[in-house]
Amino acid sequence: MDSSAIDAIIEKYETKSSAILAILQDIQAKEKYLPKETLEYVGGKLQIPLNKIYRIATFYRAFSLNPRGRHEVCVCLGTACHVRGAQRIVDQMNLELGIRPGETTKDRNFTLETVNCLGVCAAGPVVAIDGQYFGKMSPGKVEGTVKKFRSEKPDKKEGLNGKA
Amino acid sequence: MGRLSSPQALEKVRDEILKKRDPHQPLITVCGGTGCHASGCHQVVDAFRKVLQEQAKSDGVGFRVTGCHGFCERGPLVVIHPQKIMYQRVKPEDVPGIFQETVLDGKVIESLLYEHPTTGERISTEEEVPFYKKQMRIIFGNNGSIDPTQIEDYIAVGGYRALPKALFTMKPEEVIREVKKANLRGRGGGGFPAGLKWEQCRNAPGDIRYVICNADEGDPGAYMDRSLLEGNPHSVLEGMIIGAYAIGSPEGYIYVRNEYPLAVENVGVAISQARDLGLLGKDILGSGFDFDVRVSRGGGAFVCGESTALMSSIEGNVGEPRAKHIHTVASGLWDRPTNLNNVETWANVPVIIDHGADWYSRIGTEGSKGTKIFSVVGKVNNTGLVEVPMGITLREIVYEIGGGIPDGKKFKAVQTGGPSGGCIPESLMNLTVDFDRLTEAGSMMGSGGMIVMDESTCMVDVAKYFMNFLKDESCGKCTSCREGTKRMHELLTEITEGRGTLDHIDLLEELGWVTMEASLCALGGTAPNPVLSTIRYFRDEYKEHILNKRCPAKVCRAFLKYRILSDVCSMCGRCAKACPAEAISGKVKKKKEKGIPFAIDETKCIKCGMCFESCKFEAVEVQ
Repeated sequence: MDSSAIDAIIEKYETKSSAILAILQDIQAKEKYLPKETLEYVGGKLQIPLNKIYRIATFYRAFSLNPRGRHEVCVCLGTACHVRGAQRIVDQMNLELGIRPGETTKDRNFTLETVNCLGVCAAGPVVAIDGQYFGKMSPGKVEGTVKKFRSEKPDKKEGLNGKA
Repeated sequence: MGRLSSPQALEKVRDEILKKRDPHQPLITVCGGTGCHASGCHQVVDAFRKVLQEQAKSDGVGFRVTGCHGFCERGPLVVIHPQKIMYQRVKPEDVPGIFQETVLDGKVIESLLYEHPTTGERISTEEEVPFYKKQMRIIFGNNGSIDPTQIEDYIAVGGYRALPKALFTMKPEEVIREVKKANLRGRGGGGFPAGLKWEQCRNAPGDIRYVICNADEGDPGAYMDRSLLEGNPHSVLEGMIIGAYAIGSPEGYIYVRNEYPLAVENVGVAISQARDLGLLGKDILGSGFDFDVRVSRGGGAFVCGESTALMSSIEGNVGEPRAKHIHTVASGLWDRPTNLNNVETWANVPVIIDHGADWYSRIGTEGSKGTKIFSVVGKVNNTGLVEVPMGITLREIVYEIGGGIPDGKKFKAVQTGGPSGGCIPESLMNLTVDFDRLTEAGSMMGSGGMIVMDESTCMVDVAKYFMNFLKDESCGKCTSCREGTKRMHELLTEITEGRGTLDHIDLLEELGWVTMEASLCALGGTAPNPVLSTIRYFRDEYKEHILNKRCPAKVCRAFLKYRILSDVCSMCGRCAKACPAEAISGKVKKKKEKGIPFAIDETKCIKCGMCFESCKFEAVEVQ
């Protein structure tokens, strides 16, 4: 991300230091993580010490300090999904992708994440891949669901609801 | 439409909109809620758009993608007006037929109607479906008839009628008196009287006051706020504007989860439309009252649903709660008087002002007035969002509206109140649902998640699940909460892995009480509820894990054993193919060759359950 792109985001929020959360969210949405140099630049611009920025970046679940895969697989672990066997979906994803929640595959194609609730409880267990929802999942459906994204070229169209 | 400078101008706009709309004209509405998205409603929407474009006869046929109708289990939902015929589980290929037969010819397609689960009768309208029949949808009802991105739709159903009434015929104190008289209690979980909060905020000394809408719906299993914000954002905005007028606030914030992208988008659209019409901003409707709203997106921290943590997050800090020796109504956001209510509470305000407190307070029980939206999810037939009058029984919600438990299984418990709530057993199913009764039963109303559990749900596992959630989400400020949740999770893990003793139960109870007493905010103060309530009502299940090393619900892996019944095995080999651990061996039966029944090597088995799921002959047994 070059400095003019970061400046544009900061200016969108009138260079207010109280908008730090929104600024980091916009950077995260664009880069899929928070690069160190970008955080240093933002800190300098807004006169916020770097340790405070890191405190925020590590406190909120929405942020990542490491690069992410092209596709984000998000398994919902909300209560409704849990009682319908969401943990088994995570385990199966783990076997299928070879990574644990929070990790990214070596080819940078997938990042596996769990989320506390996607708010699609009626369709549980739910998995969201790049913002596209897959309801009524079962361990048996994992392979087929992930397959669709294996062959897909990077940066193909976003899900209907944007990023989950 | 330009800026409206008087209530009369708004009424004129309303008249014009209604004049243009003929209620007898055919109108197709498709539910665009997130539940229906997960079942593919966007393809149905595309199919309708295609048909409407291609068909010459489509002139005069209205089409609308609406907010959530609530009956998510049966999505995608399509309703054809004016007959109000409801089609469920609609597929894109059904669309041309619906257009030709129902919209043009006025005939009903039987196969797409909802089938009554016991009588088998086909039901053609929403109101007749048992799921909707017992509901009272005064807050949520408009979701199904409006396009959330069109302010005209909201105005057409009587929206923004309460606002001029408050601004021009009531003094701020009168608005507060009305809300107090209606006894509106906070729908976010606490149940604090909203009118009292407003009054305290109004009377607190300070130059600027703020109002906040808490849309950081973090309780797993609850999604009514999401559906309200996505499906009817103007109703929330209207409530906030009225509240701001009563309190005397020029500025408001909506703090919404970033995990709800459609809600963020629709709220943004609604705010800019309201600004364009002069319903937000300077001199609202020519009343001289100024008020504007900003949207703040959350960062995915559960604790930010707590009011002081949320305010800290809006200020651009980490979301840590603070002690409330001084309440936020006196010193909240940027140390100024701040009034915070949740989405559903705000959406109740226009209804109260419009219909009056007398009308409103006739609904509900002595201490809890009005309706409450619940998300009835988990092991229940009709999952979805239901709005019911306070005072309805749990049994009515689970069995009559929810349609009971699927697959003939036995009901075990219903969990209310999210991670701060508790599990309510079968014996208390006749409990009337309101703020006070649920608290007495060791649970709480919370934001309205109602997760139904059947005999295949392990209560120790549920307690462990919530502790795992809470130990991650505890902000770490108070030792009792940070360490208490962690240690309780450890103890529960030991029980589910077969290393528990009876002392574990005593220790859990003791630890629970300490965590409750010694933590600053409600997260720690209510965190032990899932543990304490499951021990209170399901102690036997804990003992079964500890003494007999058995999980009656067959959930806890350490106690499970998978076995293939050799006399039932059809020797198809599907299980061996599905097994990720290569623990299953045998020989597939072919035409001329004899097979060998498959068997599981216990030393290799990772207990993932794939064999159980893949077997079509019920030959895999779980012990």
